[in-house]
Amino acid sequence: MLLNVGPQHPSTHGVFRLVVKVDGEKITDAIPVIGYLHRGTEKLAENLTYTQIIPYTDRLDYLSSMTNNYALVQAVETLMGIEVPERAEYLRVIVMELNRIASHLVWWGTNLLDLGAISPFLFAFRDREIIVNMLNEISGARLTFNYMRVGGVKWDAPEGWIEKVRKFVPYMREKIKEYHTLVTGNEIFLARVKDIGVYDAETAINYGLSGPVLRGSNVKYDIRKNQPYSVYDRFEFDVPVGEKGDVYDRYMVRMEEMVQSLRIIEQAVEQFPESGEIQGKVPRVLRAPEGEVYTRMESSKGELGVYLVSKGKDKPYRLKLRRPSFVNLQLLPKLLIGRTMADVPAILGAIDIVLGEVDA
Amino acid sequence: MMANILSQPFSWLNLLWMVLIAVAVMGVVLVFVMYAIYFERKIIGWMQLRKGPNRVGPYGLFQTVADVLKLLIKEDVVPAKVDRFLFLIAPVIAYTPAFAIIAVLPYSEKLYFADVNVGLLYYGALSSITISGILLGGWASNNKYSIMGGMRSVAQMISYEVPLIMSFLGIVLMTGSLNLIDIVKAQQESGVWFIFPQFLGFIIFLIAGNAELNRTPFDLPEAENELVAGYFVEYSGFRFAFFMLTEYVYMFAMASLMTVLFLGGWDAPFGLTFIPGIVWFILKFLLLVFYLFWARSTFPRVKTDQLMGFAWKVLIPLALLNVMGTAVIKSLFF
Repeated sequence: MLLNVGPQHPSTHGVFRLVVKVDGEKITDAIPVIGYLHRGTEKLAENLTYTQIIPYTDRLDYLSSMTNNYALVQAVETLMGIEVPERAEYLRVIVMELNRIASHLVWWGTNLLDLGAISPFLFAFRDREIIVNMLNEISGARLTFNYMRVGGVKWDAPEGWIEKVRKFVPYMREKIKEYHTLVTGNEIFLARVKDIGVYDAETAINYGLSGPVLRGSNVKYDIRKNQPYSVYDRFEFDVPVGEKGDVYDRYMVRMEEMVQSLRIIEQAVEQFPESGEIQGKVPRVLRAPEGEVYTRMESSKGELGVYLVSKGKDKPYRLKLRRPSFVNLQLLPKLLIGRTMADVPAILGAIDIVLGEVDA
Repeated sequence: MMANILSQPFSWLNLLWMVLIAVAVMGVVLVFVMYAIYFERKIIGWMQLRKGPNRVGPYGLFQTVADVLKLLIKEDVVPAKVDRFLFLIAPVIAYTPAFAIIAVLPYSEKLYFADVNVGLLYYGALSSITISGILLGGWASNNKYSIMGGMRSVAQMISYEVPLIMSFLGIVLMTGSLNLIDIVKAQQESGVWFIFPQFLGFIIFLIAGNAELNRTPFDLPEAENELVAGYFVEYSGFRFAFFMLTEYVYMFAMASLMTVLFLGGWDAPFGLTFIPGIVWFILKFLLLVFYLFWARSTFPRVKTDQLMGFAWKVLIPLALLNVMGTAVIKSLFF
């Protein structure tokens, strides 16, 4: 029996279509069909100035707009050799890590909703709301945060904002413990996620996976550690890895990543410079010198890379985005064949894709 | 009263009374269903730190009334390629037995409708008819998701029917009766509710009963995240309401049955007999309903194979053990 899962299905996390052949409940073939949300961001960028491209990046992985913003400005800054003031870098790190937690919270809630548990979804959104409010205060948006600029950030932190972030850290730590109490020890949950969707480190590397999906298979690779950017080399944090690469391992990796993000935020708030510029010296019209650059950063989904080619104009000659969700999704058919229908949302949810990013 | 009417020779007056009483019971059950849905939303709302319905009427009390009205006035959509007759009749087949089983439930010493000698058997037999309604609904819809939901439902309900029936065999052995009123009286006389000597049976009943009700963590036939909505994908308006109603009427019946079998029915604990039996019945009943709500907001859903494995490999052996243990103890010591 041929079954169309999506594009309008509650568990495909966006307009994703999965054509599966099933024999009873067992899956014999799975073909992902993407492109329902394709907007041609890369092509559009060729007609936009560097500053104008930034809002387009918000809409890629719309659950983690801050990291996407950063990926682009990092590429432009590297190409143009722009110095970014320290205070701006700290602000960037704080908002990116907050956004990473918010993104993982959405994953946590929806992945458990995929497994049939309703409460975690609302718990996650309760705590995400606090982060969204804080990011709203600093950026003026609630979803498509458009905060980073080439050479710095758009606005300084409002009065008392840093204090709010400081208070949020212990609160969130408690909540993560609560999540574990509610879900992680639950027998039904464990029966649903252990030994499901397993792949080893070699497969993960061969498929070019990155982020928690890679680390779940016991590969200790995190760009924040392996190739530090911004001011990440000043913070102490661990890179959590899983053991055998099943859905449970990816779950635990993300849960631990939230704790590590809190550690980074805590240190960043401590080291935060009292005063200073938030915007570096940048020419009025950005003209990148002729050349090309590939920069990478660790978004909440994995390695987000920007390949930028400039011919010396105020617009890029070519922009290529390496979107982690798109790359991670490739493994899906391999994981699904031989499993049952009930495993589809569990496995797909654990990859944590955002269709805005898959389609770009 | 109903018992008197049933024992009298047939007359038109008696028939009128029967119909009136049946309508009254239906009214009570429907009010329960309405407020069960309201309380489910409220209780789960509190557990999930949100408010639940609070706009329609005082404290949102008329929310379900509004929902029902909305469902009733909706267009009755019957998709083009369905098996029309079966599609239309499936909700009725699912609902009718749900309402019929209420006849044998005793609520207090005086408040019951039919004093049937094989009450338990009647319950078990009738409740399995609903499966056909669900399967027909799933099949007639001509939708791949709904047929999967229907098939899952059949597999699940047949599997869990076995441990469910076996779980109260211990009580049947202890009391020597299938009559629900006799079972409560036996508990009253011995002064011990069957939850204590039949604890294993109670746990099995609790789990299997939950599975029979198709509620979380056993809500596979309607698993929204896998099957969109399962067997009722194509149903809308009041036909959809019928399926919902079936589910909640079964909840009413299952919680009542559990109260009668294991919690002493209307029997008052600690000699608090000045409080009427019906109050005790309602309290125990609500406790069990609350458990069902609680479970729904806490657990993820199991998978089909795990569900089957659990019924056949865990619950049925345990239920057998319970029956054998009860038989051995009874023959040796009583």
